[in-house]
Amino acid sequence: MAKISIENLRHSYLPEPTRDEDFALKRVHLDWADGGAYALLGPSGCGKTTLLNLISGLLHPTEGRILFDGNDVSALTPEKRNIAQVFQFPVIYDTMTVYDNLAFPLRNRGVDEGEIAKRVASIAEMLELSSSLKTRASGLTADGKQKISLGRGLVRSDVNVIMFDEPLTVIDPHLKWQLRSKLKELQQRIRRTMIYVTHDQTEALTFADQVVVMNNGEVVQSGTPIELFDKPRHTFVGHFIGSPGMNLMPCEVKGSKALVAGAEIETANAKSAKGGKLELGVRPEFIQLAKKGIDANIVKVADIGRMRVVEARLGNGQPLKLIVPEGEDIPSSNVKLAFDPSHAFVYVDGWLAGDMRGSSTAVGANS
Amino acid sequence: MKKTYNNKAWFFVLPVFIMVAFNALVPLMTVVNYSVQETFGDNVFTWSGVQWFSDTLTSDRFHAALLRQLEFSAIVLAIEIPLGLFIALNMPKKGFWVPVCLVLMSLPLLIPWNVVGAIWNIMALPDLGLLGRAINSLGIPYNYTRQPYSAWFTLVLMDVWHWTSLVTLLCYAGLVSIPDAYYQAAKIDGARPWAVFRYIQLPKLRHVMTIAVLLRFMDSFMIYTEPQVMTGGGPGSSTTFLSLDLVKTAIGQFDLGPAAAMSLIYFLIILVISWLFYTLMMRNEEA
Repeated sequence: MAKISIENLRHSYLPEPTRDEDFALKRVHLDWADGGAYALLGPSGCGKTTLLNLISGLLHPTEGRILFDGNDVSALTPEKRNIAQVFQFPVIYDTMTVYDNLAFPLRNRGVDEGEIAKRVASIAEMLELSSSLKTRASGLTADGKQKISLGRGLVRSDVNVIMFDEPLTVIDPHLKWQLRSKLKELQQRIRRTMIYVTHDQTEALTFADQVVVMNNGEVVQSGTPIELFDKPRHTFVGHFIGSPGMNLMPCEVKGSKALVAGAEIETANAKSAKGGKLELGVRPEFIQLAKKGIDANIVKVADIGRMRVVEARLGNGQPLKLIVPEGEDIPSSNVKLAFDPSHAFVYVDGWLAGDMRGSSTAVGANS
Repeated sequence: MKKTYNNKAWFFVLPVFIMVAFNALVPLMTVVNYSVQETFGDNVFTWSGVQWFSDTLTSDRFHAALLRQLEFSAIVLAIEIPLGLFIALNMPKKGFWVPVCLVLMSLPLLIPWNVVGAIWNIMALPDLGLLGRAINSLGIPYNYTRQPYSAWFTLVLMDVWHWTSLVTLLCYAGLVSIPDAYYQAAKIDGARPWAVFRYIQLPKLRHVMTIAVLLRFMDSFMIYTEPQVMTGGGPGSSTTFLSLDLVKTAIGQFDLGPAAAMSLIYFLIILVISWLFYTLMMRNEEA
């Protein structure tokens, strides 16, 4: 187990990168505590798997360092780094039994058979594989195989970190949920550092204590699920997390207020907004139907069970979505909307106004 | 629901049926026809029952040819399969050299079989050929027209040269289709190269290796052209394999009946061995 520090990490798949665009990963700084559950969240091609492979040692960084407990491991092989990784597609050794699969990493390290038997038995029990230890691994279903991949990581007691690269991709939907809660439960029980890569916000937000949102090779925000929801530091986070995502409206700024469609809206941070492209961002959860407020027309109402998603248009045609709880009346005309001032944010060029930009991007922008 | 019968569909199958009939069924039935009759020319046939089959099965000459054939296939497989696999494992997986290696490997496969025989025939000539001269100059007596072991050595070498590429290409295709994650997982699990080969590459190559062994077995068991051009079955009858023996019987001696019986037995042997092998290889598939 280890505390992981990532310093100034950059990576390019090209032999001689020069421009910023040549980098699949643009300057990342992260500090992860020992025993935490972390998620790397972002769309396909955002660099999250690159970052994961850099941490595991399958790739070596073009620039920067990776430290495990303060020791530089950047140049070490995956084996020397003592990490475990679960891949997108279950990797098992077809010809071996489940037992031999789980024992494989220990046997390669010359652990004696008595000790192996003990460890495999305890891991198999944890993963509910005890009954199939003697069967051939190739006969198992996808989720069983994925458990074996995980088990091969858990069986070594000294792994620094266990990494998951979209591990639920090939799992049936009804088993996804089960395996996900199993993972979370395991994490809390054994308290090993785990890093989970996914493009699915539900998976990331339910698994991790700390979620790192990535886009275009940079970290746009790192925080708890609540922080990401309450105060997105980038419009990308606002849009990517939450369903429906954050409403973004082009705006102007006047004092602490934002001007949208001729209306003045009280915001949390308009004072510090200067220059650039200005946008007002408000999550649908923080817009209410009200007696007085901004005029709007309702375009569409979608019932999603315990609440309804209402699509509305402001006077200038600007579309936005809000969430209305079940049972509340939706007026057909003369609709007024109220924005929660503490959750209405102004973004400058995509970044939260007044907020210190992520160090990763601040440095990246200069180079 | 009522099934609709539309027999017009058979017309669409008819061309294929006719083709298959002329290609396979009619010739095969002709052979079956010959195998149970005696002929003295002039299209006069007399019934002989299973005479030719029992003659063939008890013939020393047939036994000897069959044994030579089995030995040849065994030797050739024992060399080509491991060698082909070894080359495939050591071929580059990406970069400039991949197409170069692939083209080089496919070259022997593109040469017509009788030309292969001719090339080696000339190359192995003890007085003129490069190979023949070289071996003799090392002090090893070598003459494939006089010494059975020289003839065998040359034939095996020629077949290895000609066909190892096929095994290599099949194995290579199998190897490059193994996802990277397997190698990465093995690295993380601390597997040594031998373990990677034993537990990842070999199991994943099982299907292509089965195909490779089957193809090489069938081809080597039916080999005709190259030894015909190279040694003509000699010296003596030391390299007279089943196919050469069959042709000698059928066309050399014009013993159509025995030759037909022999070819049917020959065919059955290949069928049975291939089936046995395939069943054994695939037996553990879903265990």
